[in-house]
Amino acid sequence: MAEIKTYTMNFGPQHPAAHGVLRLVLELDGETVVRADPHVGLLHRGTEKLAETKPYNQSIGYMDRLDYVSMMCNEHGYVLAMEKLLGIEAPIRAQYIRTMFDEITRILNHLLWLGAHGLDIGAMTVLLYTFREREDLMDIYEAVSGARMHATYYRPGGVHRDIPDQMPQYDPKQFTKSQEKWRNANRQGSVLDFIWDFTERFPKCVDEYETLLSDNRIWKQRTVGIGVVSPERAVALGFTGPMLRGSGIAWDLRKKQPYAAYDQMEFDIPVGKNGDSYDRYLVRVEEMRQSNKIIRQCVKWLRENPGPVMINDHKVVPPKRDVMKNSMEALIHHFKLFTEGMCIPAGEAYAAIEHPKGEFGVYLVSDGANKPYRLKVRAAGFAHLSALDEMARGHMLADVVALIGTQDIVFGEIDR
Amino acid sequence: MDLELIKTIGWILVKIVAIIVPVILTIVYLMYFERKVIGFMQARVGPNRVGYRGLLQPWADGIKLLFKEVLVPSSSNKYLFIVAPMITMAAAMAAWAVVPFGTGLVLANINAGVLYILAVMSLGVYGVIIAGWASNSKYAFLGALRCSAQMISYEIAMGFALVGVLMAAGSLNLTEIVMAQQGGFWHWYWIPLLPLFVVHWVSSVAETNRAPFDIAEGESEIVAGFHVEYSGMAFAVFFLAEYANMILLALLAAIFYMGGWLSPFEGIPYLGQWFAFVPGPIWLILKTCLFLFLYLWFRATFPRFRYDQVMRLGWKVYIPVTLVWIVVVALLVQFKIGPWFS
Repeated sequence: MAEIKTYTMNFGPQHPAAHGVLRLVLELDGETVVRADPHVGLLHRGTEKLAETKPYNQSIGYMDRLDYVSMMCNEHGYVLAMEKLLGIEAPIRAQYIRTMFDEITRILNHLLWLGAHGLDIGAMTVLLYTFREREDLMDIYEAVSGARMHATYYRPGGVHRDIPDQMPQYDPKQFTKSQEKWRNANRQGSVLDFIWDFTERFPKCVDEYETLLSDNRIWKQRTVGIGVVSPERAVALGFTGPMLRGSGIAWDLRKKQPYAAYDQMEFDIPVGKNGDSYDRYLVRVEEMRQSNKIIRQCVKWLRENPGPVMINDHKVVPPKRDVMKNSMEALIHHFKLFTEGMCIPAGEAYAAIEHPKGEFGVYLVSDGANKPYRLKVRAAGFAHLSALDEMARGHMLADVVALIGTQDIVFGEIDR
Repeated sequence: MDLELIKTIGWILVKIVAIIVPVILTIVYLMYFERKVIGFMQARVGPNRVGYRGLLQPWADGIKLLFKEVLVPSSSNKYLFIVAPMITMAAAMAAWAVVPFGTGLVLANINAGVLYILAVMSLGVYGVIIAGWASNSKYAFLGALRCSAQMISYEIAMGFALVGVLMAAGSLNLTEIVMAQQGGFWHWYWIPLLPLFVVHWVSSVAETNRAPFDIAEGESEIVAGFHVEYSGMAFAVFFLAEYANMILLALLAAIFYMGGWLSPFEGIPYLGQWFAFVPGPIWLILKTCLFLFLYLWFRATFPRFRYDQVMRLGWKVYIPVTLVWIVVVALLVQFKIGPWFS
């Protein structure tokens, strides 16, 4: 009999399941994957190099665009690194706001992940359901920062501004009376009221997604036993976040090295048992519920404890506009900050946060100038994608798609 | 030329047009219906811009596709590339010849109707295989391989399910199969042949490559499967053929198991008489719509199977089930059990 050779297939970068621009060179034996070779770099924008060319604060916006589905968490990592070098700490209210928005971001990310993962495996309805809830969360982003995605809300020394007292409403002119009433029903109060209302609704929405997937036989057939990673391998491969917890290791920076206000929060860390795609799915779904719990605790605290959201150090934070008009010193500070920017004392710092995808770390080296000497971003997805070959071997072509889904890959952070 | 012959041929042509035109109209509005139904299931509204509530959307889509260039890849087999969609379409349309829409309302009332339908539907696979092969693309080729394997295995399951129907009705003629189910709702074959009915219906979904068995298209895996290289009208023809097959199989499910054009109220006092005025084809259309709705419902609900799982389901579950139930049906018929076989 003639020998049957494997053949290579180019999967992506233009492929519906490539999650952007993944290029996979697959070596296939029939439909079985013999080798999967991910090629990255198609979304490389030189974020790290760009950050070396501009004042510190101007790079916060670039952080949003790293992992463009969990924007504020990226900012948090960068801002923490800066604060570490400056030796400052944000006011307690800002810490709570950051915690709350980190969790809102986690839900945002996991919702998109759930929808995309469902779509990869062929369940298209979930995507539409999750986007319905994402819409509300993006409105919250917009309410505090003015941008629905790339917020640039966190600043060294706090957050840009306090949470507004009025939730923006839909324009009545655009809708009929009844439609407008229904749309604006939960937008009558403050933004915190709107967030609270969301947390009331959200667990039911998660139940809804779960009815479509969790006990669905096809869903289980497609995810149980797919891409099994043992706890030892998961550690060795540098997994973090839900990928690591799916394999049964309860490692979460929010608990292990609490930052912001996480030490005040009450929440559980879900872990998987088998380390397969189904467990990772369950872990992420449960994380959404836990995030919801954290948001509720934050909202409660924020309602009761007003206070400053920025520190009062004008070497870092620009002075208030009206003060600037009357005080020479404030004017100088303002001028310096908006021309030169702030200078960070020489040194180096690594700050890591529990990003929705895993550990997001920023390594910052400063030589005392107004720009970083070097900025290195540790993106969780990069380590996960590196393991794709190991996870995909022996599985079928359709499982590769499920694996890309379960890894929750976003190329903004992998290519940077 | 014999005048009689011309007359006969002319009459047949009229009948063909009378079947094809409504079928194409149904296809067009099935597309619209699909987008609307799935839209509502997914908490959105679906097409609502072209015409009143988007009713002209399928026409806009059709015109768009008509004016698009049919790109023929340079390394493809050009002749086969163009022929493939035609084969699929021809097979999808030819099957309609033996479908009865009411007592005597049939183009060709042949006594091997079921066999004819099975045969013609199998021919449709050739279009798919040729399309995948002629495209000279790995994705298309994978899609064609998956599709042919899947259609062949489910044809067996479906064939066995139909054997049960044949034994129950004692005929291969579609009209006679319906007539054998006379006597009201509980006389239809879906009760005595329930496992076969389920197998037949699931196989129908698999035969038409619809979700959750759409591995031949597998949008997220092999992009669009066998028709990944097709554009414009060539693509539209595949699309039309798929929908024509959907409607055909929904209709056949109604004929084989749900009493075809028979009224569900037959034999029920009062209700039977009240609904006696409804012509048979209306019932048939309603039953077909029910099955078509199921198609859409499945698509909005289920994730996609993996290729090997589809095969396992077909060979290891459905074929044994049908084999067992054929024996049961044989016994039921032999001993004239129930209201069905007395």
